[in-house]
Amino acid sequence: MSVVIKDCAYVLVHVPDFVRYGSKPSRDISVNGKEGRELEKRIYEHVRSYEEAVAYPPNQVFIGNIHPDELHNILKPWYEHPLEDAKREGKFGEILGEEEFYGWVRIADDFNLIWLTPDFIERIRDKAASSSFLTEGDLKKLGSGVPLGKILDKVEHDFALPLYYKGAIVGSVRRDHDMDDSLKAHVLLENIFAKASGALVMHHLFRRANLKPEEVDFVLSCSEEAVGDRYNRGGGSLSKAIGEMCHCINATGHDIKAFCAAPLHALLDAASMVEAGIFKNVVVVGGGCLAKIGMKYSGHLKHQMPILEDVLAGIAFAVTKDDGVNPIIRLDCIGKHDIGAASNQEAIMRSLVVKPLNKIGKKMMDIDRYATEMHNPEVTLPAGSGNTPYTNYKLMGALAAMAKEIDPKSIEDFVKKKGMPGFSPTQGHVPAAVPFLGHALEAMRRGEMNTTLFVAKGSLFLGRMSQLSDGMSFLLERNPQGMK
Amino acid sequence: MRKLAREVKIMFQGKKAIVIGERDGVPGPAIAQCLSAAGAEIVYTTTECFV
Repeated sequence: MSVVIKDCAYVLVHVPDFVRYGSKPSRDISVNGKEGRELEKRIYEHVRSYEEAVAYPPNQVFIGNIHPDELHNILKPWYEHPLEDAKREGKFGEILGEEEFYGWVRIADDFNLIWLTPDFIERIRDKAASSSFLTEGDLKKLGSGVPLGKILDKVEHDFALPLYYKGAIVGSVRRDHDMDDSLKAHVLLENIFAKASGALVMHHLFRRANLKPEEVDFVLSCSEEAVGDRYNRGGGSLSKAIGEMCHCINATGHDIKAFCAAPLHALLDAASMVEAGIFKNVVVVGGGCLAKIGMKYSGHLKHQMPILEDVLAGIAFAVTKDDGVNPIIRLDCIGKHDIGAASNQEAIMRSLVVKPLNKIGKKMMDIDRYATEMHNPEVTLPAGSGNTPYTNYKLMGALAAMAKEIDPKSIEDFVKKKGMPGFSPTQGHVPAAVPFLGHALEAMRRGEMNTTLFVAKGSLFLGRMSQLSDGMSFLLERNPQGMK
Repeated sequence: MRKLAREVKIMFQGKKAIVIGERDGVPGPAIAQCLSAAGAEIVYTTTECFV
């Protein structure tokens, strides 16, 4: 039996009022006292409007309205060259505005952690009601609101965080324990944001894949958060929380943790469950990461450019048995970075690219496209963080040259033909090769492409438990039955 | 080449080193091993991710 990726979905949520609550901005704002307040103001002055975020070319690639290759033809900086006909709706999902997202956040809140003023609740109620994904039951969860005075009191006296819309306080998020760092307001906000954006993208997946929520057997969350309490920090489970919000009444699930490589680990786990015949329909979902919002804000301020890390991203994939149409995951071509392997870049890339391809008798040039970590370079370069996809593609080209598959002088050609420009928000797990999956599925279904190798690395050493790196890869192949 | 190795050794001999590697570049432990071989005392090693 073969396993296919039946479909996928991608969403972005524009959250300009929450850049202040990204890990890096919030640390800088809180540490510097009065200077911090001025910094908070300065950050807010550099966020983009919703319309600017929608028209930003890489965001339109992410939701599937243009192909990554089209970025080659758009002048840089991309933020100064918006797409004129940009749409909120995309082939793979949508770009949601902050006002609407507040409704999703309130509905995702099962413990009355999020308080919003009555005026603001009424403002978002109509928007929430217009969503085709939300039910009457969901809308009831919006409630009637909490007076502003009570919200301000909670912020001032009980460690709640104020919540803003267009710069004004419209609510708060409270802690749920007086001594537990895992249940403090900031952590709970991160977790709810991952849940709400994960539910949004899962709804899009069901619509695209024509999959009923009750048909899902298992949910794997690859989100970047640590749901848990003081006794089991990061214990989970966001997968079941998202599944519950999307009415997957016949599913259970668990969370996969592997730093930025988590989506590839989760897809491999999903494919294994289906291949083994344990489950029929497995969904992999990743909600957005609030902690990564505004991470490189200082580089953007320094270069007098807008803060581009102002969107949460959500990803979702449906993995099922072979349907004779959709591209298959070649389970005999899985790359992994072993514990005993060296951690230099060449060794990692050999483990993830050369070794799995050799196993099935393929050479590097046999593969149509490589998807690596698709970080948008316009976000990373101003902060001095390099151009991750380009660096990876150059190394892959060098490996092809060392294997005498190409002339060393052709490495740049390899980068252009086999690679693509980075276009993904820098949300850790999100750029992990999978933002290209939607484009690859489309091209393979149309018969325009046969193979893509998805390659992602994870920085395990950041957790201080090991100096090891991690990485996973898998080959996606056009369904041979579809070629008949 | 031998001359260069000697110069490197002189440069690091008896020095204390704080090593910060980069996720998409050279990992901290690899840099630490090189510096250690060149005579430096490694006081801290880490690898960071800047994306």
